[in-house]
Amino acid sequence: MDKTTLDIWVGLFVAIGIAALMGLAMKVGNLTSNTLGETYSVYANYENIGGLKPRAPVKSSGVVVGRIDNIKFDTKAYQAVVTLKIDKRYPFPKDTFANIYTSGLLGEQYISLEAGGDDHFLKEGDRISKTQDAVVLEKLISQFLYNKATEEPKK
Amino acid sequence: MTQKNIVEIENLSFGYGNRMLHKGINMVFPRGKVTAIMGGSGCGKTTILRLIGGQIKPKVGQVSVDGKIVHKQDRHGIYELRRKMGMLFQHGALFTDLSVFDNVAFPIREHTKLPESMIRDLVLMKLNAVGLRGAHKLMSTELSGGMARRVALARAIALDPDIIMYDEPFAGLDPISMAVICDLIRTLNDALGATSIIVTHDVEEAFSFADYIYFVADGVVAAEGTPKELSKSKLPFVHQFVHGEKDGPVPFHYNAPNYKKDIYESV
Amino acid sequence: MNPIFKILSNLGNQVTSRIWRLGSAARLFFLTLIYSGESFKRIHLTIREIYFTGVMSLIIIIVSAFFVGMVLGLQGYYTLQKYGSSESIGVLVALALLRELGPVVTALLFAGRAGTAITAEIGLMKATEQLSAMEMMAVSPIARIIGPRFWAGVISMPILASIFSMVGVMGGYLVAVPIIGVDHGAFWSQMNVNVDFRFDVVNGLIKSFVFGVACTIIALYEGFDAPPTAEGVSRATTRTVVTSSLTVLGLDFILTSFMIAH
Repeated sequence: MDKTTLDIWVGLFVAIGIAALMGLAMKVGNLTSNTLGETYSVYANYENIGGLKPRAPVKSSGVVVGRIDNIKFDTKAYQAVVTLKIDKRYPFPKDTFANIYTSGLLGEQYISLEAGGDDHFLKEGDRISKTQDAVVLEKLISQFLYNKATEEPKK
Repeated sequence: MTQKNIVEIENLSFGYGNRMLHKGINMVFPRGKVTAIMGGSGCGKTTILRLIGGQIKPKVGQVSVDGKIVHKQDRHGIYELRRKMGMLFQHGALFTDLSVFDNVAFPIREHTKLPESMIRDLVLMKLNAVGLRGAHKLMSTELSGGMARRVALARAIALDPDIIMYDEPFAGLDPISMAVICDLIRTLNDALGATSIIVTHDVEEAFSFADYIYFVADGVVAAEGTPKELSKSKLPFVHQFVHGEKDGPVPFHYNAPNYKKDIYESV
Repeated sequence: MNPIFKILSNLGNQVTSRIWRLGSAARLFFLTLIYSGESFKRIHLTIREIYFTGVMSLIIIIVSAFFVGMVLGLQGYYTLQKYGSSESIGVLVALALLRELGPVVTALLFAGRAGTAITAEIGLMKATEQLSAMEMMAVSPIARIIGPRFWAGVISMPILASIFSMVGVMGGYLVAVPIIGVDHGAFWSQMNVNVDFRFDVVNGLIKSFVFGVACTIIALYEGFDAPPTAEGVSRATTRTVVTSSLTVLGLDFILTSFMIAH
């Protein structure tokens, strides 16, 4: 095996490796979207976050605009405090709604941002005041049963 | 000031664990001479070469090469000393992934910055000295034992060393190859003005080219002298070795209990 | 009483000798790092070794990855469809490969193929006194023989693991989309959304890098330390595979716990 043939093979090997890595990063992973951008953090308080987990997506109109950074518990207000990291490319007004929805019926939960009409925009460290908790299945069922029970006498 | 003796071994003792291989060896190797170290198998002859090369450290005593004590040198110092030595290992120890040419060129490429054209000339010269210039393109795995050893010799002298060491150079060779190596040891030594140290147990060969011989037995130098002196020696050990006698100070029987008892006991 | 004593002392001996060897291997590792300058100044030595450890392992890696990916696709589909989530097959294949199977299986295959070759080669060089000869010619065998092979293994492993993961995903795709009939778009888009570059791809790379260091050093040490006989070398190659495999699996657990905790 002479020197040049060896070099060609090794070069090819490294090139294929890098190509595989790029392929993995782009097609398989989500390198092209949010990790390349700079983000700003805002906070939101919830009575019940349901099954929301860190790194869950933050979407607006169905498009991923950020990620949940972490979820903490506030012992003074007895509420969950969620840190959202939003891509700097997408500014949101101060009266934005941050609601917890579920993907599909039993899928993972995410935060959906619905923009309001305020002239001032959210800055790093701001708090979103308009929040809607996650829908808890048990509450829904008990609500349904309660409604059913109160309906009956009308017959 | 160049000393008369290029290598001096003083009161050397070496061993593994509790077992002492050498118990106080004294040898000197004068410049320009061919000296042989002889003795039975396992008496520590090869170990002496390793001690000279600094691969192992003595427990007692010292080895000095060109006035410098070997085991006191730091890494840089040892490498400097080794640049003056060339060693021929028992089966050649050629680098199996390199060709004959690259094997001989190895020390030159590692230690000098000579251009390839000069290296080529040097390598072919060295190969010519051992008679294998035509084989320079072969891979080291394609060589016969005798040829491999000659290439290893060419590699050992590639940098014109002051000391050439041979570890059992005749082991397993046919008579022709033996004669070739014999001749080369003497010729190269004189042509390069080097000092040669040969470890062997081939009596006839050693006696034919050596200037001085050391006999090692039981961890000490049992006898020493010129070949002429030794062949006339009355010392029983030397006599047994030189004349190849079956039994003598080195016994035929390995330590065993009484023969009659051994046979009749197992009933 | 005596046989019990013997077993205990044997056990103790095994433990102490293992610890001693670990220390010895660590020493070789540090010496290799110190002498690494040579491996990069004479880059061609390293390139040559990358060919023998990396390029020569390509075939076994690619074929294995293909089969593993296809099996993941098959098994994954039949389990996911019970929960109506067959469209997540892409996610399952990708995550399984990127996080675990890619680095680990590649490391195991690497230890078996390249690791044993390294051990045998170095063991043989020791047995035929080539390493001694090099030392006597004032060339450090660590700088010239061990170093390049170490860096070659460390560089080759992440490359091989990436290739494994990519080929595995393609194998999974082949089974899921054309053969079973999962929607092409769903396969890739679900995967895209649920695979995170930092957590999955990069962590997988970190794992394969660590495995590369471990497997290569083990292979080099076993060869370097092998008794210079035929039997010694053959035992050493077996030890390389066993030790590498166990180390990789153990490290995998440690690394995974680390990564999940963060």
